[in-house]
Amino acid sequence: MIEFQLFRALSFEMSTGPGLESLVDQTISVITNDGRNIVFQWDPNLQHYSFVFPLPNAKGILKGFDQATNIILDESHERVYSTKEGVQQLVLGLYIIRGDNISVVGELDEELDSALDLSNLRAHPLKPVIH
Amino acid sequence: MTYLFFSYFKDLVGREVTVELKNDLAIRGTLHSVDQYLNIKLENTRVVDQDKYPHMLSVRNCFIRGSVVRYVQLPPDGVDIELLHDATRREARGG
Repeated sequence: MIEFQLFRALSFEMSTGPGLESLVDQTISVITNDGRNIVFQWDPNLQHYSFVFPLPNAKGILKGFDQATNIILDESHERVYSTKEGVQQLVLGLYIIRGDNISVVGELDEELDSALDLSNLRAHPLKPVIH
Repeated sequence: MTYLFFSYFKDLVGREVTVELKNDLAIRGTLHSVDQYLNIKLENTRVVDQDKYPHMLSVRNCFIRGSVVRYVQLPPDGVDIELLHDATRREARGG
């Protein structure tokens, strides 16, 4: 909890450029350099958090960040894409991701996301970043 | 040099650009902001090949870390070659 407050404090000090301020406490989708996708989703009907994730893409609620793009994600899950079956979601929970490993932090549009039929979505996993 | 391109990209805010990442993903959107690390924030984003890369179908605004950017494709009229020539020469001479 103390760490969260520290990160939150840091985030408010940053005011210039494309910071992540506007994404704090939003549902976000993070693509990491190894191609994972981490996500967090809020289910209004159940009144609790439900999780879905695949490994090259992770989603979660952004709790904090700093100028090196290190981020704290709460209640996150990974969305695993494959060509053999639909998107699988793995529960991850609380994650801290080092900025070095982050490619993209996207704001998840809940309306668009709930319209997706993940169980029928097939795709190759994202390629890892090669510097 | 970084500062030169930082200012250059700041002048392109509001324009439509395509950012190609080092994982081959290409994202098109309106340039919202840029910082000293050349991190980029795009609005109204769309992945260029959505059939091949459906991973960002529900994302319309995103932050891209500068370190993973391979290319930024600019609008043709967004490039003032004379101005860039002058600025880079001035920097090469040491300010």
